[in-house]
Amino acid sequence: MRQIRSLLWSWSDHFSQILLALILIIMAALLDQASPFFMTWDNWRNILDQSALLVIISVGMTYVICTGGIDLSVGAITALSGVCMAISLQAGLNTGESILIGLAAGAAIGLFNGLLISKLNLSPFIVTLATMSITRGIALILTKGIPIYGFPKDFTWWGSGHIGPVNPPILTALFLALLGALVLNRTKLGYYALSLGGNEEALRRSGVAHKTYKTIIYIISGVAAAIGGLVVTARLNTAEPLAGWMFELDAIAAVVLGGTDMKGGRGSITGTVMACLLLGMLRNGLTILNIPSYYQQLTIGVIILVAIIISELRLRNASHKNMLGGLK
Amino acid sequence: MITKTFDPVVRVSHLSKSYGNITALRDVSLDIYTGEILAIVGDNGAGKSTLIKTLSGAIKADSGYIQVGEQSYHFLSPTKAIRLGISAVYQDLALVDCRDVVCNIFLGREIVKAGLLIDRRKMEKEARRVLNSLQVNIPSLKTPVGLLSGGQRQGVAVARAIIQGGNVIIFDEPTAAMGVQESAKVIRLMQELARTGMAVVVISHNLHHVFEIAQRICVLRQGQIAAVCNTMDYQPNQIVELIMGAAHITRAGMGGQIDAAN
Repeated sequence: MRQIRSLLWSWSDHFSQILLALILIIMAALLDQASPFFMTWDNWRNILDQSALLVIISVGMTYVICTGGIDLSVGAITALSGVCMAISLQAGLNTGESILIGLAAGAAIGLFNGLLISKLNLSPFIVTLATMSITRGIALILTKGIPIYGFPKDFTWWGSGHIGPVNPPILTALFLALLGALVLNRTKLGYYALSLGGNEEALRRSGVAHKTYKTIIYIISGVAAAIGGLVVTARLNTAEPLAGWMFELDAIAAVVLGGTDMKGGRGSITGTVMACLLLGMLRNGLTILNIPSYYQQLTIGVIILVAIIISELRLRNASHKNMLGGLK
Repeated sequence: MITKTFDPVVRVSHLSKSYGNITALRDVSLDIYTGEILAIVGDNGAGKSTLIKTLSGAIKADSGYIQVGEQSYHFLSPTKAIRLGISAVYQDLALVDCRDVVCNIFLGREIVKAGLLIDRRKMEKEARRVLNSLQVNIPSLKTPVGLLSGGQRQGVAVARAIIQGGNVIIFDEPTAAMGVQESAKVIRLMQELARTGMAVVVISHNLHHVFEIAQRICVLRQGQIAAVCNTMDYQPNQIVELIMGAAHITRAGMGGQIDAAN
């Protein structure tokens, strides 16, 4: 009995992810029917490559949303970190140093977000809305609005290199996803991220340095976005101050589609990764089928809505039943 | 019986706290001893919750100090209080509803191996052991605590306080939201904790329960200590009079002294 119940629990716990996996499989099957080109490795490598950037940024966003927060500045951080790397490279620093400076810029914006949100208890939406604008502004000021291009080979390798059948962005995304899942499910940081979204006061009263942990979560998001900046800049061989435009919305969409609760307390890296793949596959499929990109936007919006409605209705239903059960 | 020759585990001296114009605590002094159950009673707004929250570090007092062992502190943080051995089971239980039983019991005290990864199996084993010792029946430790019954949730909160490993445990209205059977269980639990040498402080509105378990009763009225009495020497109606302020009895217990003869 106990086993059955806990099995049911883990099943319902992973409902969103199972649903996503089913959608992924069905969609792949349909696209395979529609185009003989879809199931080739070249095409899949393309999908993975296109999804890698979204995965990298969304892993960080998953942490933030788990705490019940939001980070609107990730797109702008992507641009700023790329710009910082480009300027460092131009100044004669080597690739390693330049990348570190770019990541440090992302971490600094994340720290700034985190401190304002945790120490001053400000709304994450407002704070990151402001830092989004500030960060984008800094990127524009540093470049005077003009893209910087032409980087050494060992830098562009991060975006367009080859490692066997895959490439550095795919491996970076895979590595970050695995690390993200491990940390979320098996470390104090992950436990506290989820608890922060559930009941921050409970953490405080249990003697957890809740504000420090909250700040760390925003640093993680900033660094993830900066790694995204590395991939974009290296891939295009250009640091563009307007890079990562609206990335925050794509990342939020992927996280929510992956079954992470916007209210916090419940989240899954696996779900986020699957959602990124789904979005990547959808874009790819619609392109293969020659459907104009205007329809892609519309389709993605509809899918997100449907997925959220299903998962929300199910949750409401489940908690209602359980409340009745608890009364007996 | 309590032996009063021992030094108190916790000594509260001249604590005061106000919220704007409202004085929640005024010059409150109280000693807490090992192995006793001390009940704190009083009308709504008498300052009971404020008093125990200053003890557990949830709020800071304006003046006065708390002495634990040899050390005195002007105020405690929750971290500090837990480190000094003072744990609290709050009225709202301070549970994370969306997280499971194990996470809540070990909140802030997670067992890690290799200094990094959470040792889930060890935590489950330990959680099971503590819950069993408390006779709390929870079929699956993976259940989110938001889905448990009132008694089970209370059990989880108590188990957490035990895991925190202190020697003073404070209960804020532990039986307020409970049925008869569950209340009886919680009462047995508090007696068991006191028997194992912990100091148990309990806030309760239920004088019947108070007389059943407490050795001493501290009566608060309008933020001040109206009396600290030995349960044996009093009748419930006398306590009610003290709570209401109808009787004028010597203010026993002020300044950390216990007037046993009273």
